Amino acid sequence: MFRASINSSLGLLRPTLRTSLTPSRLQSLRFLSQETRAQLETAVKSSPVVLFMKGTPAAPQCGFSRAVVQILDMHGVPPEKLKTFNVLEDEELRSGIKEFSEWPTVPQVYVNGEFVGGCDILLGMHQSGELETLLVKGDVVEATPEAEPAATTASPS
Amino acid sequence: MAVDTNVLEAVIRGALPVTHLEIEDQSNGCGENYAIILVSEAFEGKTTLARHRWVNDLLKKEIAQMHAFSQKTFTPKQYEAYLAKNA
Repeated sequence: MFRASINSSLGLLRPTLRTSLTPSRLQSLRFLSQETRAQLETAVKSSPVVLFMKGTPAAPQCGFSRAVVQILDMHGVPPEKLKTFNVLEDEELRSGIKEFSEWPTVPQVYVNGEFVGGCDILLGMHQSGELETLLVKGDVVEATPEAEPAATTASPS
Repeated sequence: MAVDTNVLEAVIRGALPVTHLEIEDQSNGCGENYAIILVSEAFEGKTTLARHRWVNDLLKKEIAQMHAFSQKTFTPKQYEAYLAKNA
């Protein structure tokens, strides 16, 4: 009986929560200002790999962001070539990056200034080997010996 | 309920030829977290990024109301290969 009353009160909570969220949602529909756009253009090029995520690599606040951090780590993306932005710290960044990338969700990954995708795409590219290719071609990581046998004998130029 | 699977399905089916569609509500019914598998011949010749952008755009209104949205997009041929691999 007690459980039933908890359930119904939770059900009532939901609509109020939704209504209170509306102003921020309207704000996110607002046209991206020139200034924000310019800042984001600089941000996506600020490092060879740029990740917009919820939380930080050490403490991700969302499973999808965590997965992307782990994938990048698995590929050996060095810390000095990876810059992350925590969208939870900045509401303007959070809504701005969605509009800038024309992508509705976070995380978002950029490599050498080009939008690559979110968690689904990164995971798919990781499984197919495309991510490795992209990171090697983009000069973010060294080719692994298995992927590029010639690399082991190559002399530094 | 925030987003209804029937609405998602109707929007998708109304916009492109669907060979196979699975919509999974991963949010225990609160309507905030969905994963879809979408198979369509219309994806032929399109990159994954282009396919996802297409679906994102179709479901723009709905995705804005969710916490999480995850998608797998296949052409019929790719889906057969995917099923064979996961069989």
